[in-house]
Amino acid sequence: MQTDTRVAVDQISDAAGGPVTVLRFAGDISSTSRDAVLGTYQSLSKIDHSRILLDFTKVDYLNSSGIALVIQVLLEASRSEQIVRIFGLTPHFQKVFTMVGITKYTTLYADEAMAVQSFE
Amino acid sequence: MVMTKAESVEVRLPSVLGFEKVAMGTAASAARLMGFSDDRVEDLKTAIAEACINAMEHGNRFNENLRVAVTLTLSDDALEVRVADRGTGMKKPVIAPDIDRKMHGDEPPRGLGLFLIQSLVDEVEWVAAGPDGGSYVRLVIRLKKDT
Repeated sequence: MQTDTRVAVDQISDAAGGPVTVLRFAGDISSTSRDAVLGTYQSLSKIDHSRILLDFTKVDYLNSSGIALVIQVLLEASRSEQIVRIFGLTPHFQKVFTMVGITKYTTLYADEAMAVQSFE
Repeated sequence: MVMTKAESVEVRLPSVLGFEKVAMGTAASAARLMGFSDDRVEDLKTAIAEACINAMEHGNRFNENLRVAVTLTLSDDALEVRVADRGTGMKKPVIAPDIDRKMHGDEPPRGLGLFLIQSLVDEVEWVAAGPDGGSYVRLVIRLKKDT
């Protein structure tokens, strides 16, 4: 069965004008999303994209393999000294991310405005 | 919904990723009929998805000719789910993921599914294959956690 992961990369600014890169995911995030999630992240220059937000607002389905891809992004970002934060998860997946310990290595925000503000 | 006796619903899935959503949708509908809260329905959906993926991958090894049988049994106070495959069953205990080891690259990022199943429902039993073959996991989610 074909799964459908869509991702868009947006460049926005915080209130001080500093650049923030947003990876906006939509559809499913599962084992077949490796290129969409990890591939898109890896295609970004580490120097030009030092502050990254992962947007889950339009994600319909997320499973443990998809969460593992998020961990992989966080691992690579931490090695490159990039800051990655997350917003738009449902309350259920905020709980799941907390249960597996992801919140030890990043912060979850309810929405984009709060996530961007956290960089200021 | 008041039930005079336990009612069962069975769904048989091909061992193809993505079909776990059929079981998730069926279980969510049953749980809502029983009066489960939205957050418990979400717990159930994730646990069933992970159990089905585990059965497809490790039990049936993605053999498209083998089915994953999901049986929901609805009673007044609980929903029991059996997810059966043709594998030999779980051989290792379920351990909590070590996020520090994962974040340092000392263990693979994957391997979260069984922990999620165990954490999100009220009771889990892994049953190994008997003489006739086939193993299953039995999940129970209760309407009231203290019953």
